[in-house]
Amino acid sequence: MDTLYLSLALFLLLTLLVGMWRIFQGPTPADRMLAAQLFGTTAVACLLLLAQALEEQALRDVALVFALLAVVTAVAFVKRAWTAKDDH
Amino acid sequence: MIIDIVTGVLLLVGALFFLAGTLGLLRFPDVYTRLHALTKADNVGLGLIVIALMLQADSWFVVGKLLLIWILILLAGSGVAHLVASTAQKRGLKPWKK
Amino acid sequence: MEEIDLLLLFDAVLGFTLVWLAWQTLSSLDLFRAVVLFIAFGLLMALAWVRLDAPDVALAEATIGAGLTGALLLSALAQLSARQKHESETSLFLRLTLGVLMFFLLIGLGYIVFSLPPQALGLSVEVAKNIELSAVANPVTAVLINYRSYDTLLELGVLLLALLAVWSLGSASTRKSAFVNPVLDLLTRILVPVFILVSGYLLWVGAFAPGGAFQAGAVLAAAGVLLFLNDWHLESKYTGFALRSVLVIGLVMFIAIGFGFVFLDRVFLEYPPELAGGFILLIEAAASLSIGIILAALFLGRDPSVKSDSCSDIDTGVHK
Repeated sequence: MDTLYLSLALFLLLTLLVGMWRIFQGPTPADRMLAAQLFGTTAVACLLLLAQALEEQALRDVALVFALLAVVTAVAFVKRAWTAKDDH
Repeated sequence: MIIDIVTGVLLLVGALFFLAGTLGLLRFPDVYTRLHALTKADNVGLGLIVIALMLQADSWFVVGKLLLIWILILLAGSGVAHLVASTAQKRGLKPWKK
Repeated sequence: MEEIDLLLLFDAVLGFTLVWLAWQTLSSLDLFRAVVLFIAFGLLMALAWVRLDAPDVALAEATIGAGLTGALLLSALAQLSARQKHESETSLFLRLTLGVLMFFLLIGLGYIVFSLPPQALGLSVEVAKNIELSAVANPVTAVLINYRSYDTLLELGVLLLALLAVWSLGSASTRKSAFVNPVLDLLTRILVPVFILVSGYLLWVGAFAPGGAFQAGAVLAAAGVLLFLNDWHLESKYTGFALRSVLVIGLVMFIAIGFGFVFLDRVFLEYPPELAGGFILLIEAAASLSIGIILAALFLGRDPSVKSDSCSDIDTGVHK
């Protein structure tokens, strides 16, 4: 089972890397931010898999905190960096 | 034994959804469709992985924590998807038409 | 042995990605892209800390490095004028010299790293020997609040000073948005209590598992940031004495408890082993409250008790 967890964690990390291309491509700021959001979720999945494989409870707490902070950065993006008002 | 098989299958399908979400993020033509792909990875991908790990958990506390993590991501994901889409619309980004 | 190889592969991918991402973040011409890359870097850095067996640091990195700093950068970016693109104008000679110096630095660092003993225990043996005396089971918390409490005390002081410095820079304009987004409102109402609960959990769990005052405080600050992003303001009756007492309570509690035992024939910051557990929890609770409010106030940027003279929307230049 552990092999499955670890190989999936590696697989997810690789998909995260692949997704980074969207940060570079854009074209809108939202696209870049969405990619960062996906990283957050992927990292949560990675951490949960690692927590199970390495039997480290603390990693689940780290995943919990990741989930919370993903919200904050996303809301900061929508309310500050990319509001409905300005025009580019 | 059965539980292990079910866990394995759920994990694999979950990871596949993550891959699908990432590919969607890369290949779809505009913000709205990419948002759609993203939330699939969030909801279903993470959901299946969480369910699989819940089956393997050794205490109810862990089950609760896993569930909380998934619910938080669901909430955040849907809320943010709505916010980003409505802001995109207000900023005049037109959805892709064939 | 497949397990070890998979972990090694994981670490290798993580390591290379971190270095590459750092380079991309610094060399990105588009500021917004750089900020997003920085947030991604923070996330991966937290994963790296996890792989280095430091979940406490991973928690702090995730909250402060990726989350709070990311939100702060996004907020700051909004206040800059149009995206700044500039071409680099440093001479080729300067760049070559820097490159050569960096190369030697790399060789030196590599030599140092490879000549380290493979199992460097550091002081972890001494820490483990005395851990019952320190009354907490988590060695990181024991070091922070007991063995090296002086450092943590000073860190709290530094945070407070940073806030004073930011406040002394004057008030940014207040922004009032006419439109209240119901989705965001609901999301905030549901999430802020969850943040507070998780903060309390991290504080409690810090005594015997990764967690502690800084992590709990940072999550509390994240709740504050979420409120501020929702255009929530502290009522003016609280922005004077009440706000200031909460800001200093961490430092005050720490000093008071540290000094308190001096009267009972102990050194400054020495706790009696039987009572240490309770007092450490007290210090940590006060500290995390202070840290949370300080970090949230740093995000807000201005002193809430000072009325700002003009109300203008900086990013669109509309003056009200």
